[in-house]
Amino acid sequence: MAEPWEEDEGPVKKFMFVNRKAPYGTIYALESLEVVLISAAFDQDVSLVFVDDGVYQLKKGQTTDGIGMKNFSPTYRALEGYDIEKLYVSKESLEERGLSEDDLLVDVQVMSKSEIADLMDDQDVVLSF
Amino acid sequence: MTMLHTVNKSPFERNALDSCMSMANKGSKILLIEDAVVGAVDKNTHAEKIKGAMSDYTFYVLGPDLQARGIDEGNVIDGVNVVDYAGYVDLVAETDNVQSWL
Repeated sequence: MAEPWEEDEGPVKKFMFVNRKAPYGTIYALESLEVVLISAAFDQDVSLVFVDDGVYQLKKGQTTDGIGMKNFSPTYRALEGYDIEKLYVSKESLEERGLSEDDLLVDVQVMSKSEIADLMDDQDVVLSF
Repeated sequence: MTMLHTVNKSPFERNALDSCMSMANKGSKILLIEDAVVGAVDKNTHAEKIKGAMSDYTFYVLGPDLQARGIDEGNVIDGVNVVDYAGYVDLVAETDNVQSWL
């Protein structure tokens, strides 16, 4: 028999996390990742957007020994295991920074900001970091 | 008198580097640290500002902050000097004053 907290699955809402900042300089990227993992525990429909300097959160080859901080970038590769597979990256933001999809450490969907805007319109909750 | 200017904000997000370059005297040293290091990448849309000011300033970027963000030193703008923390200390020691553009 299912435990009480398992009986009613409750409503599933569409959550979008918008990540706009480079990692390590501020705490935003890490805090966003923490909340993303929490929302996954509640079986919500989660999507992640990386725009502006947020694209650096997914940059390959992050090595943080020199700054004495934890490298949390491997966690993005673990998101798949939590059924978080909707990762969207702005094409414009990559290009402005001289980056391409090959520079990223996970499989993502690269799309234009207008396509991302349409996805954003479709959400129940949008959280910005 | 020479001054070391440190900038720690990405040029994509704040105008700290622009503001610094509008007020720093010629001959000053400008060190990019923390999120500002993304501005040191060649082929980024802000790179021309640094390239255009090479004759006025000497530019430095903090290597450990590049590495943390997965930026290869080979992709840094030619002429921007990559320094480590010891190099940062040397810059502070050899200049008369430090101005932090936050």
